[in-house]
Amino acid sequence: MDIKEIIKPENLVYQKTKLMTDAPLSYCPGCGHGTAHRITMEVVEEMGIWEDTIGVAPVGCSVLAYDFMNIDMTQAAHGRAPAVATGIKRTWPEKFVFTYQGDGDLAAIGGNETLHACNRGENIVIIFVNNGIYGMTGGQMAPTTLPGMKSSTSPYGRDIATMGHPLKMTELIAQLPGTYFVTRQAVHTPAAVRKAKKAIRIAFETQREKKGLAFVEIVSNCNSGWKMNPVDANNWMVDNMFPYFPLGDIKVNGELIK
Amino acid sequence: MAKIIGAIEVDVEKCKGCGVCIPACPTDVILLAKNVNGKGYHYAYMEKPEACIGCTNCAVVCPDGVISVYKVKMAN
Repeated sequence: MDIKEIIKPENLVYQKTKLMTDAPLSYCPGCGHGTAHRITMEVVEEMGIWEDTIGVAPVGCSVLAYDFMNIDMTQAAHGRAPAVATGIKRTWPEKFVFTYQGDGDLAAIGGNETLHACNRGENIVIIFVNNGIYGMTGGQMAPTTLPGMKSSTSPYGRDIATMGHPLKMTELIAQLPGTYFVTRQAVHTPAAVRKAKKAIRIAFETQREKKGLAFVEIVSNCNSGWKMNPVDANNWMVDNMFPYFPLGDIKVNGELIK
Repeated sequence: MAKIIGAIEVDVEKCKGCGVCIPACPTDVILLAKNVNGKGYHYAYMEKPEACIGCTNCAVVCPDGVISVYKVKMAN
């Protein structure tokens, strides 16, 4: 059968969701941000809530998320996305509000806002993309950089004695009573992407049921910052990031998983 | 048993040639082209189109969402 006979609208089984704009993504080739954007928008589309969803973009690589997600978006000062989302949600309690943040935004400068939004149990969704490095500014050490991992500000590797330990933000906020659903996922393989999408769906359902804050961490790669090609970066992530940031649900239905 | 034939369509100008789709393909259909697109990236293409089963794995992991997947069932 000729390919032209297969490529017809009636045979279509998968294409990019209409909730992603046609603007070319500003991310490096192979960056997990694009996949994380897309599955978030797919969940919004499947739930039919695109007219009632408001996203808050962070500062970092994903600062232009409002250009790519074809829904109502705003953009917050560095690290303040959970505070802005709190304001939006309290003004319009019936809207779905989510923040999309990287590790530099959420765990470093925004640690305080994140912690307190989680502790207050704001009824929002936080999507946290963790790649263990500051991507946009050129690969500096982040709070989540692994021990011994090289970055432009830790050229001999992160030394625990002087630079401290990587921050497990997701485990930390799972301890707070305000959070209802806390999970850690990845987007490097088809199976992981499908699982991450299910987790984001549960997060938005949590918000619909007004049960509390839902927090989805997505462990991702930064092939430019790690100085690898995209496929090697994904393999490196599996070998090095996952032992320190193990995938899986941490808190389900408001109860910690032991 | 009905045979399933799939095909992918790559938005060549938006593909960044990251190659994440290549290990995701269970039947090794995809490779990066020798030619480059307008931005200088070696875009993904179907090297073995007859092996495609339309599983959507490549499109699901594609960070830039440039792959559309089509599938038909063939009655023998």
